[in-house]
Parts: sequence; structure tokens; C-alpha cells
Amino acid sequence: MFKLLLHNVSLGYAKHVVLRNISFEARPGEMLGIIGPNGSGKSTLLRGITRIIEPSCGNIFLDGSNIFSINRQKLAQMVAVVPQNPILPEAFTALEVVLMGRTPHLGLLRYEGKKDLDIVKAAMESTQTLAFAERRVGELSGGERQRLTVARALAQEPKMILMDEPTANLDINYQMETLGLARQLCRNQEMIVVVTLHDLNLASQYCDRLIVLSHGSIYCQGVPVKVINTQTIKDVYGAEVLVYPHPVNKLPATLIVFDKDK
Amino acid sequence: MALESLKDAIPEAMTIYPVQWRSRIYAIAGLVLFLVITILVALRIGSTDISFGTLFQILSAKLPFIHIEPTWTTNTEIIIFDIRLPRILLAGLVGAALAVAGTTYQGLFRNPLADPYFLGVTQGAALGAIIGFMLPAWQMGSIPLLAFFGAVSAAAMVYAIAKVGKTLPMTTLILAGVAIGAFLAAITSYLMIASGDELHGIISWLLGSFSLTTWWQVVIATPYILVGTLIIWLYARPLNVMQLDEEQAQQLGINVEQVKLILLGVATLITAAAVCFCGIIGFVGIIIPHAVRLIWGPDHRFLLPLATFAGAIFLILADTAARTMLAPTEVPIGVITAFLGAPFFLYILRQKKRAIF
Repeated sequence: MFKLLLHNVSLGYAKHVVLRNISFEARPGEMLGIIGPNGSGKSTLLRGITRIIEPSCGNIFLDGSNIFSINRQKLAQMVAVVPQNPILPEAFTALEVVLMGRTPHLGLLRYEGKKDLDIVKAAMESTQTLAFAERRVGELSGGERQRLTVARALAQEPKMILMDEPTANLDINYQMETLGLARQLCRNQEMIVVVTLHDLNLASQYCDRLIVLSHGSIYCQGVPVKVINTQTIKDVYGAEVLVYPHPVNKLPATLIVFDKDK
Repeated sequence: MALESLKDAIPEAMTIYPVQWRSRIYAIAGLVLFLVITILVALRIGSTDISFGTLFQILSAKLPFIHIEPTWTTNTEIIIFDIRLPRILLAGLVGAALAVAGTTYQGLFRNPLADPYFLGVTQGAALGAIIGFMLPAWQMGSIPLLAFFGAVSAAAMVYAIAKVGKTLPMTTLILAGVAIGAFLAAITSYLMIASGDELHGIISWLLGSFSLTTWWQVVIATPYILVGTLIIWLYARPLNVMQLDEEQAQQLGINVEQVKLILLGVATLITAAAVCFCGIIGFVGIIIPHAVRLIWGPDHRFLLPLATFAGAIFLILADTAARTMLAPTEVPIGVITAFLGAPFFLYILRQKKRAIF
């Protein structure tokens, strides 16, 4: 079975270690959320899984093989990334940017064919970006660009998608659309989705399992009901919040309280 | 009616592509045709005017299985084949090389100011050439070799200095290029002052000229530029993906460091092959890529071939102007490229005010 496995992984830059002894696995059909305060190493973890930085110790396995024994092109056929604030070339059209997602499937000599264009079109349809396919990236809003990178990731036809704060620039409707789509990919196409999130309510509603990072290591992991509670959030984020069962589905909902009279 | 039949002429396979792509494919075909016409016109124009009729007869007589009774003098044939043709071909090759190298550098550095001379290539070539000028007269033939060697070693030096471990940070590369360039330029200036009698020759080499072109230069430059250009064309899609940041490019399966090394190496080699015979011709490498980008967009799969042919056309036209404007005096070609190129470029720049990169 295709799965992602991290075994005692430590990641960092030069001499500064960001993450220590990280171990977890993710299976197809599972939507895995990574939460934790700013600087807790969420993005670093995703960069490690895509071979941008090399672990100082430990191993990352994908489909049973160490990711450093898989060549970059093969890896990109399996793993797609939706980065947080990607630089996109402004003069390219939206369609051209999404077509870049086909890169790992095309050699130097092959041109994009009908099949590639069809895949790209379907990806743009499901992310609601097809309407501005011919427009230049420079003219698009932050949210439109973000959905464009989701479309590009879909065009890669991966087995796993890593999303770094995919909802950061989106309004509430597109937050629901994007995470709903991710969830659908998990369920219908047996994909692994790993998503970092700041919004604890989105994490609780959409993810099957959560990993809580704190000071460079895993504080706890498990289903949202177990993980999200007042104590965890106080320990990890240092914030006093209320956690109640969601009135509809009983999943934990985080509420902030601001005493205006203080 | 005419439009209908034109639509029928589009191959079935092409109809799946966006309209913009199709128009760019036609643009490439159009430029190739225009290049052929430019070469024919440039063959005709000059101190001896040769009519198109005679020109076609002379050219077709060279084809196998065709026999035409010569109605022209051997002199005319010499002018066409031994004086004008090699000169035109070299100008075309050099223009293509500088334009394609400029496009590559701008794409790699994601910097619109990058040109083929970014990595100290000019200063290296100039220093090599000046050393050649200072050698005894019978060794003048070594000037191209020394210029080539100077260009390539300057770029290699810049590369070696900028490399950090396994990676090559582009900003460090630019800064190292500027520093090495300044250092080599200082030596060059000193040697120029010290050179005395050779100063005139050195200056006209620095301004660039095709006046001394012979067939052997074309024969040597062709394989370098042809093979180099084809390799760069193959890397069009990786170059597109690298317009994203390097991290995204890696996540899309591009081996970024390898692509950088190959493209920088090939672009430097073809630039060196271009400048070593004709001196330093400015402006082509920066103006042609941008003009093409402004007209046909930033997609390197179309941009690279379009820039190649546009560069060839532009430099052939510039050289034709250089040898005819003040005939029999030759105007340095660098003067022409800047004098004609700059206003043309400013015109297109004013026409389209939008992101070009």
C-alpha cells in the first residue's frame, strides 16, 4: 500500500534544528492535519517530505522506499505541493501555470498533448479557476492564485498532496470549497492529503487526524476530538480559549473570548 | 472565404491548443520566412548592386543537377559567395546566439537586465583579444582563440566563486560576475593605454565588426551555435517552470542545479563563440528577447525559437546597414544596433504596458 512514513526524523537549517524526532505515518484516504503555533516547524516538515531539505537524522519513506533514493521527477509524479505564498510569474496565463503541473509527466522532448490539456481542464474546473484560464497571473487576486496552485497540484495527478496553509488567502466560501475538495480527493481517489492549518475549527471539521507540533516536536496526535481541548491549546499556543462540541456534528469547536470590560 | 480555407489548413492536432499557442507557432514560421528574405536582400545590397534575377541564377547554379550558362562575371560570384554570404551567415549566427543566450540568462536569473555579458564574458573576451593584439603581428590569427578562452575562463571563474556547496545562489553569481568583470576591465584599460600603436585596432574590435569575415569563421562558429541553441531549446519547459521560485521548480520534478549548470554552460559557450570572431556587439542580447516577450509572451517554448530567428534577422539587417550607410567606410555594428535598436525597443515598450516577465 502507498503510504508516507516518517521515522525519527530531525530537520533543520545549517546548525539550527527546527524539528526533532518526528515519527508518524499517513495512509491513503486519510486527511492529516498539522497544527501548531507560528514557528513550530509546520512548513519545515513539508519541505522535508519533498526533499527540499535533508533530514539530519532519521528517514522518510514513501511507498516503502527512502525519498532520497527516488529521483526528483518520479517523486513529483507522486507528491504535489500547494505552497503558502508561491511566486508565480506574472506574465504567464493561468492556464500556462496549471500546465506546469504536467512537467513531471513530460520529458524534454514531449509536447503537451490532448490528454494533458484535458487533465488540466478538469483540474481547473474542480478548483473553479477555468473561468480565468486565459488571464494573466499578474491580474489575479491572492485567493485566485492560491486556487491556481491547487489546480496545478491536481494536474500533477499525485498520490499525495501537501498543502501549506491552503486557506490563508481565501474567504470563508473558498476555504470550505478547497478543504472540501481535498477531503473528496482523499475519499474518492484514495489520496493522502497532508495539510497545515492555523484555523483550529477548519482543522477539526475537515481532518481525520491531527498532529500537534510544539517547539519542534510532536506534542500529541490523534483524532480531533481527542486532540483539541482547552488544555492542549493552552499548553501549545499559550492561549485561553473555550472548546465546545459543535452543535451539529459534535466535533470540537474553538471559541475565543474577549472581555470588553477589562 | 479566404479565412475559411485557412481554417481548413490547420492540422487537426493543432486545434486542441489554445489560440495563442497556434498564433505563436505561425509566428515562428513567419520569422523563418522573413529570415530567408532578409538573407536574399542582404546578398543583393552593397557597393556592387546585383539584381535579384542575377542573384537567383547564381544561387540556383550552385544547386546539384541544375545547369545555367553563366551570364555574370566571376567577380560577381566572388562577391556573393566569398564576401557577402559568409558575412551574412556569421552575422545571423551571432545575432541568434546573442539573442538566445540573453533570453536564457534573463530566464535563469529572473532578471530583465541580464544579458549574455552578465558573467564577465565580455571583459574576459576583451582581455583575451587585447593580449592577442599585443602579440607580434604574425600571430594575429590567435585573437579569436584568445578571446574565446578569455570569455570562457572569466565565466568559469565567476561560477567557481559563486558556488556554495552543491548549490548556486543566483544573487551571488550576479555579484561575482560584476566584481570579476570590473577586475578584468581594469587590466584591459591598463593594457589599452600601454598598447600604443594597436589602440585603433583594439577599439574597433571592442565595438564589433563583421568586415573581416571569411568562410572558416562561419565553419568554426556554426557547430557551436547550432548545437548550443538546440540544447537550450530543449530546456524551454524547465526554464518556464523555473520562472516559479526554485523550491516550486524542484517540487515539480526539475533538477534545478543541473538545469542551471547546463544552461549557464551552454549559453556562455555560444556567447563566447559569437564574440570571439566579431567583437563585442551590445544590445542584441537584451533588446531582442524583450521585444519578442512583449509581442508574443513569456512562454520559453515559443520565446526561445522566436528570439533566435529575430536575433539573426536583426543582426543581418544591422550589419547590412553598417556596411552600406557610409560606404566605403564601415560603421561599427555596435553603433547601429544601439542606434536602430533602442528607438524600436522603446516604441514596443510604449505600446504594451503590462507585466512582461
